[in-house]
Amino acid sequence: MKNVTISVKHITRVEGHGNISVRVEDGEITELQLAIVESPRFFESFLRGRHYSEAPHIACRICGICSVGHTTASVNAMEAALAIEPSEQTVKLRKLIMFGEEMQSHVLHVLFLAVPDFLGVGSVLPLARTHPDVVKIALRLKRLSNDICGAVGGRHIHPIACHVGGLTHVPRDEELIDLKRRCEAARSDIAVVAETYAQFKIPGLERDTEYVCLKASDNGEYAFCSGDIVSTKDPKPTNVADYRKRIIEEVVRHSAAKHARSPHSPSYAVGALARFNNNYDQLHLAAKEVAEGLGLRPVNCNPFHNNTAQVIELVHCLESAIELIDELLTRGLAVEPLRQPTRFGQGAGAADVPRGTLIHDYSVDAKGYISEANLIIPTNQNLANIEADMRAYVPKLLESGLSREEMTLQLEMLVRAYDPCISCATHFLDVKWE
Amino acid sequence: MMKPKIAIFSLTGCEGCSLAILELEDQLLDILQVVEIVNFREGMTERGWDIDIGFVDGAISTPEDKREVEELRKHSRVLVAIGACACLGGINTLKNHQPASEYRAYVYGDKAEWFPTMDAQPISAVVKVDYELPGCPMVKEEFLRFVKCMLTERPFRATANAVCVECKKKGVLCLYEKGIICLGPVTRGGCDAICPAYGSKCEGCRGVVSDEALAAAGVNLREQYDVPLDRVLADMRFHGAYQEKSLP
Repeated sequence: MKNVTISVKHITRVEGHGNISVRVEDGEITELQLAIVESPRFFESFLRGRHYSEAPHIACRICGICSVGHTTASVNAMEAALAIEPSEQTVKLRKLIMFGEEMQSHVLHVLFLAVPDFLGVGSVLPLARTHPDVVKIALRLKRLSNDICGAVGGRHIHPIACHVGGLTHVPRDEELIDLKRRCEAARSDIAVVAETYAQFKIPGLERDTEYVCLKASDNGEYAFCSGDIVSTKDPKPTNVADYRKRIIEEVVRHSAAKHARSPHSPSYAVGALARFNNNYDQLHLAAKEVAEGLGLRPVNCNPFHNNTAQVIELVHCLESAIELIDELLTRGLAVEPLRQPTRFGQGAGAADVPRGTLIHDYSVDAKGYISEANLIIPTNQNLANIEADMRAYVPKLLESGLSREEMTLQLEMLVRAYDPCISCATHFLDVKWE
Repeated sequence: MMKPKIAIFSLTGCEGCSLAILELEDQLLDILQVVEIVNFREGMTERGWDIDIGFVDGAISTPEDKREVEELRKHSRVLVAIGACACLGGINTLKNHQPASEYRAYVYGDKAEWFPTMDAQPISAVVKVDYELPGCPMVKEEFLRFVKCMLTERPFRATANAVCVECKKKGVLCLYEKGIICLGPVTRGGCDAICPAYGSKCEGCRGVVSDEALAAAGVNLREQYDVPLDRVLADMRFHGAYQEKSLP
């Protein structure tokens, strides 16, 4: 095929509104875009003037799917700005709610949004008839993940109890015991997910890519809640406070979400595959075994394997949650007063949320009100890389002699593999610091 | 009875209310037995336009949102606003209190004109809305109650008491006693006072319950806690429940 035009308005089964357009003339790509047409939302603007204590409760409203992730990055950044050291109990509960968050988001993406492509259907709905067991497992895992978030934060979408300085609620022992029992029972469910996933044919697209994520410096954990910025091209850790040395953002016309590059690459990727590639050694043993079974080894440069890495992280989070619940039950929990600011200033904080490295950066004035806000969103960081992948994939698709419809599906699957969260991506872009 | 055809749409928002429908994990398969989902971009490829009940989350904040909701209204026999953004304008309305040139330039710099926007509004500002299921996020149990009412052709009535009533029933210590200004006395209940129950103030995400509640709070809060009503109304701007810009 020498001439082909592909146009997808509002890609389905992704969070938010995006369009794909590709034009090939005489075998040459003359146009290729992933346009982001989501409404701009201006969170960075209207965070300014609000009290510091409201930051996590405003920021979580950026995204329903990853509201716990935004909450976590927000409290980390605000506590850096206010020089608050969270208590040990707070740090542990924040880890637990993030395990729940990573699990619910990965279950949603792999089992509800991506699997229909591999089974040749338009949504999860027909699978309720053809694959009822898998759908029931998906719903059960999703419920469990949400309940982990609910036990800590009060609810999964826009958690209530997570504040700057600590938590206003702690889970009861009975809740933790019940969650642990259900987590243990979920092992066999996740095994079925991994077996089912192993049967799918993952499209082949290897393209040399830089993978960026957080890496824990101190305790050697697989980093979700804190860490330094590292990449597969530059493993030397950079403190989150210096994130501008590693992440360069710019406004592009066809996207209400900004694009990003690194000092080493014109584009790079964040997300589950980036974490797997950089932090493989810190994965739970059970997750490494599943990785072995699925044949995924670091460093893997096939973007479609982001789905695979999500399945592997699902195992990691489940096993880590079980161990953490045991620890919490042993030490006992009691509500602590919120820790108070020891100064008002500027600070950045990060979390490696389901879709990748998320950075919040705030300045707080002498009265405790936010004066500057900057937010670096995972999906923004991936957009330029998705386009670069599409550019590499289109010639392969043309060679393979697929129909236009099949090529369109492959490109949609490629975008979906990044699990883009477009609502998030349009919520914040550039900020000028004067 | 024919299965009602359901559609779920998102305008400017976090899509958390659409997600809340998926989070009815225990009831989802049962619901799918009795309704047919014909259009849900976030979850399926197929897009049907013969719609009995259209649910919309998100606010109107761009000219495109306005066009889209007008289109949805045409195709939906019943149109339901779900969540604080669709019912009140939601968190998006915080930008309405800044000059547009300022909030646009802060995010997009000199490229601001590439990305059209306007003051955030509830969808009822643009089209007729048949029902509202407020909250940030929408309360799943209320959504279920609504669907049951529609299926059995019974009337759906919104909760008519304030959050305070549900909070007292649960025996939660009043946050005013701790010196925290909570919006429970004036906010529509139906959320089981979930925020105060988890130690946080009510943020008013379900909107003002009634003028009577405002009047009563105006007297009671001043007498008991020395809190003026204007202070409560100013806080009600968080989710757009109160839009008055001249308040402190």
